Amino acid sequence: MNIIEIKELHKIYDESEVKVHAVNNISLNFEKGEFAAIVGPSGSGKTTLLNMLGGLDKPTDGNILIDNTNLHKLRSSELIRFRMMNIGFVFQAYNLIPVLTAKENVEFIMHLQNKNKKEREERTMSLLKAVGLEGRENSRPSKLSGGQQQRVAVARALASKPKFVLADEPTANLDSKSTEQLLSIMEELNKQEHITFIFSTHDQRVVNKARRVITIEDGKVISDIRKDVESDSK
Amino acid sequence: MGTNIKLAWRNLWRNKRRTLITVASIFFGVVFSAYMTSMQEGSYTKMVEIVVKFYSGYMQVHHEDYWENKSINNTFEYSSELKDMILANKDVDDVIPRLESFGLASSKELTKGSMIFGIDPQGEDKLNQLGLKVREGKYLQPNDSGVVIGAGLAKYLQLTVNDTLVIISQGYHGVSAADKFPIRGIIKHVSPELNKMIVYMSLPKCQEFFGAENRLTSLVVHVIDQDHMKRSLRRLKESIESPYSIMSWEEMQPEVVQQIESDRAGGVIMKAILYLVIAFGILGTIMMMIMERRREFGVMVAIGMKKAKLASVIFFETLFIGLLGVISGILFSLPLLYYQSANPIPLTGQAAELMEDFGFAPYMFFSVQWEVFSQQAISVFIITLIIAVYPVISILRLKAIKAMRG
Repeated sequence: MNIIEIKELHKIYDESEVKVHAVNNISLNFEKGEFAAIVGPSGSGKTTLLNMLGGLDKPTDGNILIDNTNLHKLRSSELIRFRMMNIGFVFQAYNLIPVLTAKENVEFIMHLQNKNKKEREERTMSLLKAVGLEGRENSRPSKLSGGQQQRVAVARALASKPKFVLADEPTANLDSKSTEQLLSIMEELNKQEHITFIFSTHDQRVVNKARRVITIEDGKVISDIRKDVESDSK
Repeated sequence: MGTNIKLAWRNLWRNKRRTLITVASIFFGVVFSAYMTSMQEGSYTKMVEIVVKFYSGYMQVHHEDYWENKSINNTFEYSSELKDMILANKDVDDVIPRLESFGLASSKELTKGSMIFGIDPQGEDKLNQLGLKVREGKYLQPNDSGVVIGAGLAKYLQLTVNDTLVIISQGYHGVSAADKFPIRGIIKHVSPELNKMIVYMSLPKCQEFFGAENRLTSLVVHVIDQDHMKRSLRRLKESIESPYSIMSWEEMQPEVVQQIESDRAGGVIMKAILYLVIAFGILGTIMMMIMERRREFGVMVAIGMKKAKLASVIFFETLFIGLLGVISGILFSLPLLYYQSANPIPLTGQAAELMEDFGFAPYMFFSVQWEVFSQQAISVFIITLIIAVYPVISILRLKAIKAMRG
């Protein structure tokens, strides 16, 4: 069952004299529980695609349907609420709230969702345990290593029980060991929670773990490989 | 709401030094402004006290035509009913009768226009400690047939204690008023002007002199607490009917009110400049804070925080900065100003002489009225609210993607 349908998506930046066609007629579908990587060289359009998927950027043309909701037909306030309820984000620079502890960072989005205290605490503690940060819940981000911060970011992304998680270069700032740990955790959570993960990356280790690899160049999909069926849908 | 407040409070201490510098600027502004206001209000209170004590009292009851035409013909008959009705007001402490008019005071070949005050010596002494102002001789007795005159008048007429003063005037309904009065004492009045023309005599003697038996120009109403004057004035205005009228000291001495108001306006300009400097200090901090955290705000909106909620966090941060400055400033000012109020700053040299010439004690007085402090709190609160508009607008216009790109 498709949870994301991308239809003939275009994004053209024309702020400068030269128009840049960052995303050029991309159509893709993602099913529930996928573990997919979007790869490509810098400037290929993968981050732009991810931003549009997250409702952070508007396409010049085309549509993105999430569970049949046309993302870019929503008003600004509806879009913010939609993101809170349906999309989890993991950023390259972790982007945790520095004045909140690891536990509070994870809980934060559930506060926004008006979840009750019991539910918040249970989910937070179970996620922190799942990402291997039991015992560090009261540490602020500045007291955690990069890998630990990114694991908190993953727990935060999953806290709201989103339909899918968008991870933009999540391992770019991590060493090999942290990358391995993070990928294993995300893979495990993907299996346990059956949540779709979509990565933008050029890290080969992420590509190796992904069960679907979409390659983009110059804003176009040049290959879409599902490892489980070993078929190229190009 | 709790999370927003917690976030705001913690954010405040992300850059401790900057927050403390901003709070300190508000702190010093509040302390300086409270000190200035306290000194101003303290001097006004003293000024009012002098005016009330030595001139008009807090309120006066007159014949309704007297204030427009201060003639002895516009006097009224002193009745115990009127006095009792005024004293029935629980804020009123005492009622003191007066008969005031003008006359020519003479001695040998010298003559000078003078103000003649027929007073109840005991009542007047209670109101303004007039007896203590007598420099030579003695103060009046209740039915005294002599007079106490101002030192300036005595000097001009070359008179001293036990000499005789001649007064010629026109009495009630045009009767001739002329008599000789032994000088019982010489008084140094707090007003240099009155000092040159004042003549005090006992009320019965004055009424006899002007042929105005049992008649008064005014009943001075003294209140227990100055703060309740307006309330008692309102009540008395409701109960006092024609042919009487009652006036407050502000109505009788509009020039004093005007002087206080114009001085206050000067103070307001000074404080406005001071608070403007503080406002720019706070604004600078808030602008820096917004710029530094733009990316973070972008992330918060991206993950689903409503902009209005985020704006409220920043609003609380701005408010906390203001509150910290105001609370610490007031906490410091309170004991300082209470100390200064109990120990006014003595003036020396020419400044002291000038104050004494105008009948003021040569001190800088301080007020500890609640308004001295509440004014500062309200001012900073309003400034904070105005400044908070900037981050709120910035956040409402924030584009998450642009903010995250930095």
